[in-house]
Amino acid sequence: MRRYVAGRLLLMIPTLIGVAILTFVIMRMVPGDIVALKYAGSPVPQSVIDQERHQLGLDKPMWLQFTDWMGEIARFDLGTSLWTGHSVVEEIEIRFPLSLELAIIATLLAIAIAIPLGVLAAVRQDTWTDYAIRIFSIGGLAMPSFWIGLLMVLATITLFGWAPPLVFTPFTVDPFANLAQMVLPALSVGYRYSAVSMRMTRSTVLEVLREDYVRTARAKGVAESLVVMRHALRNALLPVITVISLEFAFLIGGLVVTEQVFNLNGIGKLLVDAVAHRDYTLIQALVLLLASVFVLINFVVDMVYVVLDPRIRYS
Amino acid sequence: MTELAGTAVPESDELSRRRYRESTGSRRFVRFWRDFIRRRPLGTAGAVLIILMLITAAFADRIAPYDPVEIRFADLLQPPSFEHLLGTDPFGRDVFSRIVFGSRTALAVGFSASFVGCTLGLVLGVVGAYFGGRVDQIIQRFMDVLLSFPLIVIAIAVVAALGTGEDKLGNVIAAITVPIIPRVARVVRSSALSVVNMPYIEATRAVGSRAVRIMFRHVAPNVFAPYLIMLTAFLGQAILLEASLSFLGLGVFEPTPSWGLMLRGAGMQFLEQAPWIAIAPGVAISLAVFGFNLFGDSLRDALDPRLRTA
Repeated sequence: MRRYVAGRLLLMIPTLIGVAILTFVIMRMVPGDIVALKYAGSPVPQSVIDQERHQLGLDKPMWLQFTDWMGEIARFDLGTSLWTGHSVVEEIEIRFPLSLELAIIATLLAIAIAIPLGVLAAVRQDTWTDYAIRIFSIGGLAMPSFWIGLLMVLATITLFGWAPPLVFTPFTVDPFANLAQMVLPALSVGYRYSAVSMRMTRSTVLEVLREDYVRTARAKGVAESLVVMRHALRNALLPVITVISLEFAFLIGGLVVTEQVFNLNGIGKLLVDAVAHRDYTLIQALVLLLASVFVLINFVVDMVYVVLDPRIRYS
Repeated sequence: MTELAGTAVPESDELSRRRYRESTGSRRFVRFWRDFIRRRPLGTAGAVLIILMLITAAFADRIAPYDPVEIRFADLLQPPSFEHLLGTDPFGRDVFSRIVFGSRTALAVGFSASFVGCTLGLVLGVVGAYFGGRVDQIIQRFMDVLLSFPLIVIAIAVVAALGTGEDKLGNVIAAITVPIIPRVARVVRSSALSVVNMPYIEATRAVGSRAVRIMFRHVAPNVFAPYLIMLTAFLGQAILLEASLSFLGLGVFEPTPSWGLMLRGAGMQFLEQAPWIAIAPGVAISLAVFGFNLFGDSLRDALDPRLRTA
């Protein structure tokens, strides 16, 4: 077991190095660097441009830039943003809590919707209840979350005359104002998210309901609600937890569009801006951060499996 | 007597051959769809939506009452009326016509991205499962890298690197293809792993078939069901991704009619003043994706014997 864990942790390193190389190469293949974009259209002599490139280290050969960057990362130094001049850590620190909070609220909402409805759909399989729940969940997969967001904004404007505020209030400053601001974006993301988990809940509960021990429990005369809750749901939760955590990993990076609609200054917006400015250091740090979160959550899920299901033993 | 027996043999041969054909060929195909329609109302509804969308795309120039790109400032921001069924946008373009033509963009991007992505995933998954060992390890690690890479960065990079323009649908397709590949490869690999250990694969190898032939004549057809299911599922996802990328300004560009693009500038800017601009394209996206998802779901239930309801 210990060897397995160590092996898994070691395997993360080549994956993350791969991500680093890919980001590095892709971004440098994209035409135009930050200096060219900054002076686009203005009559600046080539010498100034060259001077600035030299200062930022963009005139060094690619491989040297890459090894420099790897060296910095090995020292846990993410560098400074080429665009703002602030440290990358600082830039991310300001925005990360917002994206994280949004992701957490959306997850909680998704779980609260997904599990009860998923179980209900499974228990009432092939009835109209099941069909209605499935249509609701497939609808969540089909509607773009940014469009749901747009409709929500439209509805609150026309019904209550309330528009989402332009300035973000942190939870620590005013919890109520903060939650009021977060609830719509979280709902628009959470609905889609719940659809994925709901479908997983339904299909695993269906599978488990056909197991022998469920038949035994029923034969013993256990109340149906207990059979479902205690025998079926508990055993069906494992894949559901996987889906929920994997979606969570995607969510932190995948909020880009929602943040755009609700005008939230989070990680997603930061990434889009960074790419638009060709802010290499910031892009590289962000992509690596998101990839690390993804890989780590994957790892944690596998470990949680062992805790929840004693039959699973990695060797 | 001998004569009779002699004629009887080819006759029964013919009969059994016909019976075999009936149980496998086009008859079986017809029976499959007849059962599908009878037993899966949701899947049938999805199929109807898909067919409607195909018809709309095919006859877009007959269905659309106006030219989708023609700008008429005299008619700008008209609310829905008999003249303009879904109103007009700030350039005076007919929203209904743009939606009708947008179905072409959505289908073109959806079909190509999903087909290319799923097929590359199929190849990588089968190759990995067949060879195992180091080849499999390398493919798997590479898939991990693609999986943990944010889609948005790929999209931005592809669009920025290949340039943008009116007829650059290929860029959007390329960007959407990339995240599909690792997801398909994973599923295909796990199904293919159980196939490569089957006795018939060993038999094929024993008669001297080459690896390529075994992989694509014997392994690939046996993982075709998950491939087909994912093809329909990712079709919907690809349409959704195209909409999201166009909404962010990283996908299809003006004046090409695209549902996501219609939601972008004017849809958000005139949300209060002209909500029809934002509502109609969203409904179109949702219906299209909804159709493919419903159909894909029911197809999975019908094709996967483990999920069949008793």
